[in-house]
Amino acid sequence: MKRMNGYLKAGLVLTGLLAAVIVLGYFWTPYDPTAMAVGPKLDAPSLAHLMGTDNFGRDIFSRVLKGAGTTFAIAVSTVAIGAVCGTAVGAVTGYFGGAADEILMRLNDALTAFPSILLALVIISILGPGKKYNVVLALGLVFIPSFARVTRTAFAALRDVNYVKSVRLMGASRARILVVHILPNTMSVLLPALTIGFNNAVLAEASMSYLGIGATPPDASLGYMLSEAQGMFTMAPWYALGTGLMIVLLVFGVGLIGEGLQRRGNEVA
Amino acid sequence: MKKKLLALLLLVSLLGAVLSGCGDGSTDRAPEDGQNDTGSTEAAPHANEITVGIAQDLDESLDPHIAVAAGTKEVMFNVFEGLVKPTSTGDLIPAVAEDYTVSEDRRTYTFTLREGVKFHNGDTVTAEDVVYSITRCADTSEGAPLVEAFSVIQAVEAIDARTVAITISEPSNEFISYLTTAILPADYDRQDTAPVGTGPFRFVSRTAQDNIVLERFDEYWGTPAYLDKVTYKIIENADSIMMSLQSGAIDLFAHLTSTQAAQLGSNFHVAEGTMNLVQALYLNNAEKPFDDVRVRQALCYAVDKQGIIDLAFDGYGSPIGSSMYPAFSKYFEEDLANYYTRDVEKAKSLLAEAGYPDGFAMTITVPSNYQPHIETAEVLVEQLKEIGVTAKIELVEWGTWLSDVYAGRQYQSTVVGVDASNMTARALLERFSSTAGNNFINYNNAEYDALFAQALASYDDAEQTALYKQMLENLTANAANVYIQDLADLVAVRNGLEGLNFYPIYVLDLSTVRWAE
Repeated sequence: MKRMNGYLKAGLVLTGLLAAVIVLGYFWTPYDPTAMAVGPKLDAPSLAHLMGTDNFGRDIFSRVLKGAGTTFAIAVSTVAIGAVCGTAVGAVTGYFGGAADEILMRLNDALTAFPSILLALVIISILGPGKKYNVVLALGLVFIPSFARVTRTAFAALRDVNYVKSVRLMGASRARILVVHILPNTMSVLLPALTIGFNNAVLAEASMSYLGIGATPPDASLGYMLSEAQGMFTMAPWYALGTGLMIVLLVFGVGLIGEGLQRRGNEVA
Repeated sequence: MKKKLLALLLLVSLLGAVLSGCGDGSTDRAPEDGQNDTGSTEAAPHANEITVGIAQDLDESLDPHIAVAAGTKEVMFNVFEGLVKPTSTGDLIPAVAEDYTVSEDRRTYTFTLREGVKFHNGDTVTAEDVVYSITRCADTSEGAPLVEAFSVIQAVEAIDARTVAITISEPSNEFISYLTTAILPADYDRQDTAPVGTGPFRFVSRTAQDNIVLERFDEYWGTPAYLDKVTYKIIENADSIMMSLQSGAIDLFAHLTSTQAAQLGSNFHVAEGTMNLVQALYLNNAEKPFDDVRVRQALCYAVDKQGIIDLAFDGYGSPIGSSMYPAFSKYFEEDLANYYTRDVEKAKSLLAEAGYPDGFAMTITVPSNYQPHIETAEVLVEQLKEIGVTAKIELVEWGTWLSDVYAGRQYQSTVVGVDASNMTARALLERFSSTAGNNFINYNNAEYDALFAQALASYDDAEQTALYKQMLENLTANAANVYIQDLADLVAVRNGLEGLNFYPIYVLDLSTVRWAE
């Protein structure tokens, strides 16, 4: 049994708390996150409105809860796409090598050559903006190369170790070797990659919404809220602060988990 | 590994910095407010000039017959004049021409030129210059004429040095309003880089992407401008605009958002005019369920115009009820704005009658580069929710909006502002006749078409005005669209500046602006 280190514990607690808050946000928020009111426009934080209100008199705390859910969902599905496709590419290229390796990894390099946000922008403008799943698709695609590279190395290293040779001699199918025998042993590199990927996805969603192509109003998403907040920063700094704080905490929590996982991997090795 | 930890720490400390920064800000503000008595230094004599911020560079060519951008016309209004020119009240007054008469058959306009009107290069305006300017814009040898409405011109003749006659193929009440077209010197070929006109200001210099400088034209025929010099500074970034205003780099800036206006601080006041746009939730009348007039009326009853103005625009804006804005006082009927007052019960019963007792789902397509329209749509979604209509906002790029919504008519509903290309009611109303190429809402109403045909055929101004008003009522009664408001045009004006007038068209007249004594 591997030991839990401090990073892992702190990260799990923080992320667990945030996840609970986000789940809560799906069922209950102090106010309706889209309900507008003329009275409390751009009110400073108070007991009634923990993070104040925005320019439509909407409760920022409620919107942050809801928005964190949206951002979280986008980040998780983005990483899922990136990880599944990336690992598949990594497995094929790492295990088989040869022509497939050359072609796929050069394509991979080509994808990496573009700045990721720019690439996502291009994909979105092709798919058409305004739909949430387009953001997920675009970001997912952008995340494939990093996963492919990480897993390829692991698969290539494990290809010729003795236990793999043995199962190959025993006549196991290639698919079985890849999925059942090698994949579990790549977890020490895959898990930290997942957490880093998650953080990048949260920040990427934020910057995409910030550029006006992510979530569509009046749905709340942390990135979109942050971009709205920027215009009224001198009038209502709490708007940017509340939203920014949530992004920082999300990234910080998952970042700690990643750090913890990597340290634990190192201890074992 | 350490790097990542460092990055995390950095993030946290950044947040800290932001927090403390904001703390500093609030302590700074107090003494600033207390320093109001130092206002006397601000009242020190100004150089008789101002710097005006504009959000975009002008057209590449400054030639007024060729430039197309509204932003260019807004600036160059101070440099050029036509035979007639618009006033801030929406009338036309003689400018380069002193007077004009219209022949019995309403087909010949005879203009007498004002004596001694000078171009900025010192030459006197002659009939020859006028003939050159009008013919240039009416020329069809390279396709459509520069001024489309000039296609009706049959002949332009200089009768003597101060008299010009223009003959058109068919009588038109509106022809005169197109003669605001700039009069240029005939033998001058550098209009695109060093424009020469007859206006109260003359062009001095231009630095692309940076500034345009104008100076007062001392030989102007009319009331001379007050200011000696005006510098237009191009500031494209919205944040820099606020910084430049606060630092004192610019004295005047038009088209602010209400949020920007609220952050101006004590050195400025806000002048409120109108944008002269018809902002509405435009409905595709050919698309279900908006092909049913009861559904459209239900939406009108569901929407609270003043609520939108209060929520999204801090109370700035004028409610409207048809395709006409208040600055067009000749046609604007204030009553139409109150034709539908918010009535959720009535809206619900209309929906039930139309066969949608539980409401329906709809999509509002909004161009993503227009923040005011996006915010309006956000409030609309909330208001429609109350009658059981679930609206979804779809943001599209401006180019996509033009091709899919405006040209292709592939949409359910959209929030935009429609403007008039010139000072005629026709410019706003022709688009809703069933055969108009730009009838993007697919409005098809036989009575409306008949009224429009009558209005076009009418040469009596009072009768024509009455017909146009009937058309406006027709649009309201049939709930062609959910009309909302004419957006407010908020202008930041440095304290001490006065005399700014608003026009019913998109121009910024600086000839009346002056520093208070």
